[in-house]
Amino acid sequence: MVLRIDATGLHYTPLNRQVRAAVRDGETEIVIDNVLGQRFIADGLCGEVRITVNGVPGGDLGMFMRGPTVIVNGNADHAPGNTMDGGTIIIHGSAGDAVAHSMRGGRVFVRDDIGYRGGIHMKEYEEKRPCLVVGGSARSYLGEYMAGGIVLLLRLGDTGPFVERGIASGIHGGEVYIRGEVDPGCLAIGAKVLPLDEERRARIRPLIEEFCRYFGEDPAPLIAADYTRIGPASARPFAGKYVWE
Amino acid sequence: MCGIISVVDRAGNRMDGSKIKKALSLMDERGSGEGAGYAAYGVYPEFADCYALHVFFDNIVETKSFVDDLLKIWGTIEHDEEIPTFEGPNLKKVHTPWRYFFRPDASLMSGTPSPEEDIVTYLVMKVNTSIPGALVYSSGKNIGVFKAAGWPEDVADFYRIQDYEGYIWLAHNRYPTNTKGWWGGAHPFNLLDWSVIHNGEITSYGTNRRYIESFGYRCTMFTDTEVVAYLVDLLARKHGLDEEMAVRALAPPFWDDIDAMPRKEKEMNLAIRLAYGSAMMNGPFAIVVANSEGICGFSDRIKLRPLIAAEKGDRLYISSEEAAIRCMEPELDRVWMPRAGEPVIGRVR
Repeated sequence: MVLRIDATGLHYTPLNRQVRAAVRDGETEIVIDNVLGQRFIADGLCGEVRITVNGVPGGDLGMFMRGPTVIVNGNADHAPGNTMDGGTIIIHGSAGDAVAHSMRGGRVFVRDDIGYRGGIHMKEYEEKRPCLVVGGSARSYLGEYMAGGIVLLLRLGDTGPFVERGIASGIHGGEVYIRGEVDPGCLAIGAKVLPLDEERRARIRPLIEEFCRYFGEDPAPLIAADYTRIGPASARPFAGKYVWE
Repeated sequence: MCGIISVVDRAGNRMDGSKIKKALSLMDERGSGEGAGYAAYGVYPEFADCYALHVFFDNIVETKSFVDDLLKIWGTIEHDEEIPTFEGPNLKKVHTPWRYFFRPDASLMSGTPSPEEDIVTYLVMKVNTSIPGALVYSSGKNIGVFKAAGWPEDVADFYRIQDYEGYIWLAHNRYPTNTKGWWGGAHPFNLLDWSVIHNGEITSYGTNRRYIESFGYRCTMFTDTEVVAYLVDLLARKHGLDEEMAVRALAPPFWDDIDAMPRKEKEMNLAIRLAYGSAMMNGPFAIVVANSEGICGFSDRIKLRPLIAAEKGDRLYISSEEAAIRCMEPELDRVWMPRAGEPVIGRVR
């Protein structure tokens, strides 16, 4: 059984109450139609449920979520996957600023572009390693203050070097992979280009394959492509900036 | 927080206020019910040659005659009336909004290429600093600002915003942070042809205010956005900078970006930064400025506030959220996120 919810003119509070009640009652497949700006969809939800969002949701989609799969047929607003703990968000469109903000587990896939500060403050702990995969491009401060996890930027259709300023500013854990070359002037304080060995290639390969499965791309050229791998130059990038020892 | 949305019809066709009310109300979460407002261009065609002065009066009996007398010294009041308002359960009339259609006597201001505008600017500053209980918050030709302390839908209903038609609309939903919410502190802010809506804060307000007050402007509305309206008036009207250059002065490129520019561009950007260092705005902001010729949206140069633009036919939209734009126009030709510090401009043809 698929539960369909018509979100026309519905405020996010009653909408999210309906979604939560359905999940509590054991619903595993929910489709929300005519979404327009409703925030906090699937926030804090746990369990095995697939939620399809048809429309343009508001900010903080899937915040604190642990387990569900959310598919968005439209453009997402700011911070989808904010502090997400587990599960998958698949966005058939673009997303706003601070995508995957403070994410600590699970995977976010965006077919098109994302805004500024993608992957800001992502983190990891033991087996929890969040991943953000973006098919298009990203704006400045990608991976800002990253503490863990993986950001993978596929830049489909882009051929020149990546020239957005402030990449991985203050990064102290995790990795940013960007297809193609990166202008060295765009690396921020604390960020460093690291070698891409076979082990690392093997690490991003399943993410590429999963992305291509969702969005109907051919994985072969993306698997074979060159990537710039960026990581932390040290565990304390601002040691000399904010403290005096 | 704060939510903004604006639209220009580049063919000059007028739109009533019903859709922008819905779009702004969609972003209620971005505000706190302490301020909302709308500005519309082209709303007073029957008085298109007069300056439409909107005034909040605390008290009609005692205060209004002072404003009447001052205006009569400097020109002619062609017509004046109370702005029709409709109290609802959530919004009571704290101030009485009044409108004057005013024709300044240009012969009374000498030594300036724009005597009418200088008279109106002088009167706005004069009323706002010296007549307690009167505040001029809108002073352009064929332009009206309609604002109050309340939620977007309540403010719209208070003025029956759907009864007005404009070819440009600006709308703002306020979440006051650094100063309290009040009627005068709601956006849009307007002076003459300029109207401004703003999400964020101008942390350089002190510097900007000292700078703009040295040119005779007076900040009276207890909020940072007011200074943006006066800066734009100074840069664009008085100094004649075009939109691109004015935005470049307010949100200039970083020094390292300027260093990397070709010589000619570098010299120009250096000159702007040096000449207008005190006009540069710091802090997080997304702003839309309008005049009778179009709208211009831009964000701070490290993009600390959201800004989305979209087009459909003759109409250009700029907003905090795509959903608000789609509330007005579900099918769009193009949606994009403007780059930090780069202006998006929609000109009326």
